[in-house]
Amino acid sequence: MTTISLTQKRYKTKAGRIVTETLKILFLLFFLVLALLPFVWMLSASLKLDKDVFRYPIEWIPSVRHWENYVEIWQQVPLLTYFKNTALLSIGVTVMQILTSSFAAYAFAKMQFRGRDVLFLCYIGTIAIPWQVYMLPQFIMMRYMGLYDTLLALLVLQSFSAFGVFLMRQFFLSVPSELCEAARIDGLSEYGIWARIMLPLSKPAIATLIIFTFVGTWNDFMGPLIYLRSDSVKTIQVGLRRFIQEYSSEFNLIMAASLCSIIPVAIVFLFMQRYFIEGIATTGIKG
Amino acid sequence: MAQNSQAAPRRRMSKLQRKNTLIAYSFLAPNFIGFIIITMAPILFSIVLSFINWNGGVLENMSWAGLDNFREIFTNFNFKRSDLGITLKNTVLYALATVPLTIVFALSFAMLLNKAVKGASFFRFVFFFPYVASIVAVCACWNYLLMKYGIVNTFLNSIGFNFTKSWTQSRSLAMWALIIVAVWRGAGYYMIMYIAGLQNIPNELYEAATVDGAKAFQKFWKITLPMLTPTTFFVTIMTTIQCFKVFDTVVLMTEGGPGRATKMLVNYIFDLSFNQIKYGVASAVAMVLFVVVLLITIFQFRAEKKWVNYF
Repeated sequence: MTTISLTQKRYKTKAGRIVTETLKILFLLFFLVLALLPFVWMLSASLKLDKDVFRYPIEWIPSVRHWENYVEIWQQVPLLTYFKNTALLSIGVTVMQILTSSFAAYAFAKMQFRGRDVLFLCYIGTIAIPWQVYMLPQFIMMRYMGLYDTLLALLVLQSFSAFGVFLMRQFFLSVPSELCEAARIDGLSEYGIWARIMLPLSKPAIATLIIFTFVGTWNDFMGPLIYLRSDSVKTIQVGLRRFIQEYSSEFNLIMAASLCSIIPVAIVFLFMQRYFIEGIATTGIKG
Repeated sequence: MAQNSQAAPRRRMSKLQRKNTLIAYSFLAPNFIGFIIITMAPILFSIVLSFINWNGGVLENMSWAGLDNFREIFTNFNFKRSDLGITLKNTVLYALATVPLTIVFALSFAMLLNKAVKGASFFRFVFFFPYVASIVAVCACWNYLLMKYGIVNTFLNSIGFNFTKSWTQSRSLAMWALIIVAVWRGAGYYMIMYIAGLQNIPNELYEAATVDGAKAFQKFWKITLPMLTPTTFFVTIMTTIQCFKVFDTVVLMTEGGPGRATKMLVNYIFDLSFNQIKYGVASAVAMVLFVVVLLITIFQFRAEKKWVNYF
């Protein structure tokens, strides 16, 4: 009841309230246009002929829509190979990260052993060190292992993230230890507890890790730029860049290919948005 | 008798503990071994490498350089001509513009979406989307939007300005092109953190303020902002570090140009590492990057006490 009377007090008149609400909506719509404009332009340009892309006034919805642009891009460059490589890599990295991270996180969160806290601090410390500081020695090592110009290099590179361990540990901590104790008394081994209790209970954390890892790997540009040379192993980001460099004046095709590169992430994001947002919020609060 | 019954459980415990420790290590092993090889070793290696003279090729080409690498990047150090000076200056300027702008937009989005608005989740999705959209595609698109005859210049000229150059090729605008894209991508991400922060502010505070007759602006200034300082502190650290790692947009939009006008620290490291193949010098610059990021973080944590309120 009090909140209602307070709200009424805040807006002295009904008119005042309508004005504030309208202003708010207008602001939101303005920001909405700013956020979406590049994507709308991308879609619009991808359906035009290259000579019409920069014609003014802009035809936001082209009168003749050249859908064949979307067919042509697959024939011009091995876009399908890029897609396959990226999908393979993203899935591989995601699976590896969930396995190794949740395994290590279980030890950090639910087991007692010597050196646990020091080791965990070590993990956290490395998250703060920019990757760019040690990317060169890493590259030299990988080349010596014969992994240069292979997808395996990028898989190895991203499979053991400290961030994943941190995220999973934070979640595991919130699972009551009594559950584990009860399971131990019932004769379940530690591996059993991990597989049958912790993993099923931490679906939200796993979902968060999946989406972070998947989107991160899909959009990674610098890693593939350093490691991948041959066309047959390139991921979509570096492949798309090659396409842009080679067909620099075919704006319509470039925009069509660009849009295609966004779609898989957009779909994943659309369905798992909630976990992404929760993940950011928790890492943000816990800092 | 009494001694025995005490000693026996202790020995058994330690045996159990040892077994437990072994099991714990087996849980750690898969991640830890990878972590040592892929992360820890390169970090240590990069420190060593910064004192070594090595321009690629076989390991035998390495020789001890002492401080030569650091001498090379710091001789004639100034912000106008030396590579390190220019890239450091560019990175700092980029951060000085990007960090506050990102915070202002992120906070505005969060404020607008915090109270129940129709379609709030739709707006949140749209504001967030630039962050997950692939960087190469997004930069390609912004390049076109910011071209000489692009939509941005056309719009600005139609309202009386006179923009006659592609932003990415103009000495004065190229940096702004990078800043715009950074803010456009980042604001939605940090908006999420601000929404979480706003939801932690107890409603009673606002109600009490209303009873005292506070205006909306006063409430924002005296309640919302102070209560959000922990979030702002975290967002500032994150965005600053993010700014010092900037690389992708530079490569994809300006290529560090025109001239060296937008060349950043990481671009410099990348250039030394993979184009000029000066491993030692590159590692010395990497150390500079590391120290700068470390110093900024330490400085922010020390300043924290002065302006961050934990209630």
